Amino acid sequence: MSDVYVVGVDMIKFGRFPEKTVPQLGSQAALMALDDAGLTIQDMQALYCGNLGQANAMVGQRILQEIGQTGVAVVNCANACATGATAFREAWMSIKAGVFDCVLAVGVEQMGRGLLGGGGGGEGIPKEGLLGSGTMPAVFAEAGMEHARNYGTTFEQFAKVSVKNHHHSTLNPKAMYQIETPLDTVMNAEMISYPNTKLMCSVNVDGSAAAVLVSEKKARELGLNRAVKVKASVLTSDPYSDRDLVMPDVNGVTRIAAKQAYEMAGIGPEDVSLVELHDCFATAEILHYENLGLCSDGDAGRMIDDGEVALGGRIPVNVSGGLLSKGHPLGATGIANIYEVCTHLRGEAGDRQVEGARFGMTHVIGLGSACGIHILEKVA
Amino acid sequence: MSEQAVGNGPLPVVPYLKGAGTEDPYLEGLKCDACNAIFLGDRVTCSKCGARDQLQATRLENKGKLYVYSIVYRSFPGIDVPYISAIVDLDGGGTIKGNLIGVEADPANLTFDMELDVVYGDALGRKDKDGNSYISYFFKPAV
Ligand SMILES: [Zn+2]
Repeated sequence: MSDVYVVGVDMIKFGRFPEKTVPQLGSQAALMALDDAGLTIQDMQALYCGNLGQANAMVGQRILQEIGQTGVAVVNCANACATGATAFREAWMSIKAGVFDCVLAVGVEQMGRGLLGGGGGGEGIPKEGLLGSGTMPAVFAEAGMEHARNYGTTFEQFAKVSVKNHHHSTLNPKAMYQIETPLDTVMNAEMISYPNTKLMCSVNVDGSAAAVLVSEKKARELGLNRAVKVKASVLTSDPYSDRDLVMPDVNGVTRIAAKQAYEMAGIGPEDVSLVELHDCFATAEILHYENLGLCSDGDAGRMIDDGEVALGGRIPVNVSGGLLSKGHPLGATGIANIYEVCTHLRGEAGDRQVEGARFGMTHVIGLGSACGIHILEKVA
Repeated sequence: MSEQAVGNGPLPVVPYLKGAGTEDPYLEGLKCDACNAIFLGDRVTCSKCGARDQLQATRLENKGKLYVYSIVYRSFPGIDVPYISAIVDLDGGGTIKGNLIGVEADPANLTFDMELDVVYGDALGRKDKDGNSYISYFFKPAV
C-alpha cells in the first residue's frame, strides 16, 4: 500500500459569513488548497466533502459546480464534529486502496449562534431542563466533573486551558479571535454550565478547510519539498462503557483511537512535537492530555499548571488557538487542525511556530460518538 | 405512549418510567442475563456483549449516589435556570440523568457520591400539544 502525502492544505480565516453559501465557503478553501499544491481541480480524481448542516444537500457536488464540474466521484459525509476528519480519512483510504493517486478533501460549515445540543426532540414534552441538560456545555461540563471527581481537578485549572488557547490565538491570523483573556476574565465570564464559563466554550463560526492528498508516486512527481506524510489515520466509535448511553464517554473512544494511531505510526506520545486536540470546551481539553497519552492519568491538572502544553512547553497543545478561540465550524474543524499541524511541520507557522516539529497529531471528537486521529510527519 | 393516552392520569415523561399516576412509580431497566449490563428504554440486543433476546425488565431502585453534575445557567428560552443536571448511579445498578432538586445550585452544596432519592412529580407544568400533563422523575438529597 502506498504511503499518503498531503501536498496542499489551507483554511480560510474563520469568521461569520452569512452572505455566503456553504458551497461558496467550501470552494474558497478548496481553491486555496489546490493553489498550495500547485494543482487544479482537473487533477483531482475524487472529492470527499464533510459538512453537517446541509448533510442531505450534496454540498460536495455543489462545490464542484462552483469550481469545476469534472465528473469525478464525490462522497459527502457527516460524522458530528469528526466530520472533517472523516472526509480526510476517506480520501486517505482511497489512496491507500490504490484506487486514486490524487484527491481533494474539503470540510465546511456555516453555523448559527447559540447553544448546541439539547434541542429536545422525541415524543411528548421537551426534556431539556427536566431530565438534566443535553446542551453541549453541560454535557462536557459533566465530563470534566468526572475528572474533578477522580483527581480533584479545579475550576481554575479548567479555566487555564482557555487562557492558554486564547493566548495562542493572538499569534494566529486565521483564528476568529486574537484576544488575550487573563485567568480572572475567564473565570468571571458568564457562567454557562458550571464549570464552563462563556470563555471556556468553543466559538460558533463559519469556516472551511481543504487538503490535497496524493500517493507516494504522485508526491515524488510533484516534489516532496513541502509534502507532509500521513503516518496514521484512525477512526473509532464509542466502545461500551457503563454510563456511555447516559453520559457520553469521550475518553474510551479517544483512548482506543490513540493506541491504534501510535501503533500505526510506529511512534509514541514522547515523539509528538505538537497536538491539535478537540477543545470544544475547556473541560474537554484536560481529559484528552491523558486520553492521548501526553501525560499519565491524573497528571493533566499539573500539565496545565506547569505550562507544559503551552507554546514553548514540553508538548504544545492547540497552538492555533483551538476550537476555543480559533473557532469551531463543525464540519471544517477536522481538516483545519490538519492544516495547522502541516503548517508547523513545514516550518511556516510564523510567530507560533513550534520549533523543530517533526511529528504532529490531530484529534477530534464527534459526540455520539466518533473519534478521528491523524499523525502527520515532516518529510523534507 | 398512545395506549396510555386514552387514560385520565398523567403520562410518563419517558417510556421507562412505570406506574405514572399510581402511588408506586418507578424506573424500569433492561438487564442482560448474559453480562448483567443495564439499559434504559426498549431494545432487543445487549450492546455490551451482543446477546440477543436476553434482556429482562428489572425494577430500578429509587435510591442512588451523585456521580457527577453540572450547574446549568444558560439554557433555551422558557427554561428556568439555574438548575442542576445530575448523573446518578442507582443502588443495585443503572445510571440515569435528571434534575437534582431540593438543594441550592451551588458547588458548595454538592459532593460526589452524596446519597440521593429518586422522587416523582409533575413535569414542571409542561404539557404536550394535546394538553396532556406528564409525570417525571427527579433527584433529591436523601432524607
Ligand atoms: Zn450483555
